[in-house]
Amino acid sequence: MTKLHSKAVLRRAGQLLASASVAAAALAFANAASAQTLTIESWRNDDADVWNTKIIPAFNKKHPDIKVQFKADPPTEYNAALNARLAGGTAGDLITCRPFDASLDLFKKGSLTSVNDVKGIENFSDVAKSAWSTDDGKTTFCMPMASVIHGFVYNKEIFDELKLTPPKTVAEFHAVLDKIKADGKYTPIAMGTADQWEAATMGFQNIGVNYWKGEEGRKALIEGKQKFTDPAYVDVFKELASWAPYMGDGYKSQKYPDTQNLFTLGRAAIYPAGSWDVPIFRKQADFEFDAFAPPVVKDGDKCYISDHTDIAIGINAKSKNVEAAKTFLSWVASPEFADIYANELPGFFPLSKAKVDVKDPVAAKFVGWRGTCESSIRNSYQILSRGTPNLENELWNVSAQVLNGSMKPEEAAKKAEDGLASWYEPHKK
Amino acid sequence: MTDLTASSVQPTDVVPARSRFPVHIAVFLAPALAIYTLFSIYPLIDTIRLSLYAGDETGLRSFVGLRNFQTLLTDPNWSSQFWNAFRNNLIFFAIHMVVQNGIGLGLAMLLSLPRLIGGSVYRTLIFLPTMLSVVIIGFIWQLMLNPLWGIAPSLLKAVGLGSLFGPWLGQESTALLTVSLISVWQFVGIPMMLIYAALLNIPDDLLDAATVDGAGPFSVFWFVRLPLILPTLGVVSILTFVANFNAFDLIYAIKGALAGPNFSTDILGTFFYRTFFGFQLQVGSPTMGAAVATAMLVIILVGVLIYLFGVQRRLQRHSF
Repeated sequence: MTKLHSKAVLRRAGQLLASASVAAAALAFANAASAQTLTIESWRNDDADVWNTKIIPAFNKKHPDIKVQFKADPPTEYNAALNARLAGGTAGDLITCRPFDASLDLFKKGSLTSVNDVKGIENFSDVAKSAWSTDDGKTTFCMPMASVIHGFVYNKEIFDELKLTPPKTVAEFHAVLDKIKADGKYTPIAMGTADQWEAATMGFQNIGVNYWKGEEGRKALIEGKQKFTDPAYVDVFKELASWAPYMGDGYKSQKYPDTQNLFTLGRAAIYPAGSWDVPIFRKQADFEFDAFAPPVVKDGDKCYISDHTDIAIGINAKSKNVEAAKTFLSWVASPEFADIYANELPGFFPLSKAKVDVKDPVAAKFVGWRGTCESSIRNSYQILSRGTPNLENELWNVSAQVLNGSMKPEEAAKKAEDGLASWYEPHKK
Repeated sequence: MTDLTASSVQPTDVVPARSRFPVHIAVFLAPALAIYTLFSIYPLIDTIRLSLYAGDETGLRSFVGLRNFQTLLTDPNWSSQFWNAFRNNLIFFAIHMVVQNGIGLGLAMLLSLPRLIGGSVYRTLIFLPTMLSVVIIGFIWQLMLNPLWGIAPSLLKAVGLGSLFGPWLGQESTALLTVSLISVWQFVGIPMMLIYAALLNIPDDLLDAATVDGAGPFSVFWFVRLPLILPTLGVVSILTFVANFNAFDLIYAIKGALAGPNFSTDILGTFFYRTFFGFQLQVGSPTMGAAVATAMLVIILVGVLIYLFGVQRRLQRHSF
């Protein structure tokens, strides 16, 4: 009896298994038939909401047959996770591109395809494409999306209370800082050194462009005509070092989110910013805030801004949906995308030639500097961070140390230059 | 009796069975052997193989012998980072040995007090952090030690010691110590449990006999209990050593992969991560990363061998 019974159970289990596998196969087939799903790899996990509720639906209005999925990793893990997935063959169809060498490396390894033939690439200037082109400029492998601009955001209520006006020169900047410090109620500068990149990006690169004259200095550095030990660069470190007394209690272990909170809680007056902070402040700060451009060294000097090409999107060479991916990229190059992106994520400024109205007043102010100042990109990004030691890492390290007071400006400049000279020919002389 | 007759009746069946290949040994070994080979031995050997190659910019790899190791140990750009990470790792290990295992031993002694009330409650509470995710540990401690809104500065101020507070996680002189102590706080439950179990194993007769012979509590600990738990202390030490030289997660969670300030919290794990996966603009190099991983393997291997041949063989084991 038991034997019979168990046989029946076995048979039934077999039937179940068979039907299940048929169903699974059918499902897989159905999936394959509608294989027009594109997956985007990105580090912008903060923007997932905007992608899912605004950008992708707008795209689907024009192309209802292509499904798009937005998949983001935390920014610090993105490069590692993406490389692992590319190596394992499980990466998405569309890959959000970091500027310069990280993406160039992917292109050289054959993970990204050329986008020279994708419709819409003609909407971008050579400067916009430079961050995602080969060194000879002939092949572009990612469709540029946006740049970020550095400057200073300030708390308007505190400025009104203390009767301060936004500074234009370094001297005025220090006068403002002294007044806020003398009042004692607020932290003059919201910035920490624990994450290191804040010191390099919001500090060194932010104010530096005015010292090394933007593109002029950046190119001279690449050609070897200027060195980090030149007075212009040492002066940037000196200026950074002078910020330390104005920073909050325990800034040495203050991290980026702490800095943001310090400002949005109204406890700090000035925040050395990246324009990407604007949408976050818009949500969290319940006071009015505004922005001023990095102060120039002397009154009447030409002003420069760090207008850094930051984000682009390319096609995974192993994607099975290359045509759909190209369609998406063409749409990314369109004025429609530029408009949505600029206004849903104020602080990321489209790189295409199309004229876009930025509605957020503070973000509009940032992008308005493009008209009055010269744009430049971060000087460590192109070519100079290819060797060991990595220049960008070195700049993070020395900028944080200069602010911490554990390194003199001259030592910081020397360390950056020595590191560069150890592998980069034009600097060996 | 029946058994005896049965075996004596059929001796011819038994003899060939003995000389046959012991299949059951192979069968019992197979699962562990297969799993270890697939997930542990093969990746290990493949890592060593990979460390002998170098990749060019297109991703093609070519055999370069020991050149990666030569770079790692002689090129000042690499060797300074490597030795810095190694030195920090030694400090990290030393702090664990002294503080974590010392406190673990003390707690185990306290727990084994015969008249302790609520021992299992303490035991559970002290062991709890070990089971928490490192990310949570890192987050909680950063929040507590935060100079802006942390509880540490306000607590110190409340007792009039506010001037003692510093941004400990951000200073070059204190960051490594602080991170190590956080790790100690998390893992102190493990040595405690192991030593506690060993202490429980000591029969009361021995302790009673020593007391009758006139030994005070200190002598009982020093001359009776400590020698009897030495093998366990050895195991705890080697576990600490291996775990510390493989550590990565807590430092990464608190200080990031650049392990600042000025690489003062950089240990071999974070150094390996930066090398293998890259960081920000630094492009990762799997082959150089494999070389770092192999160097870590060698360091751990040497440590374990010193323990095995230098310490373990001299330990006397007692069974009761």
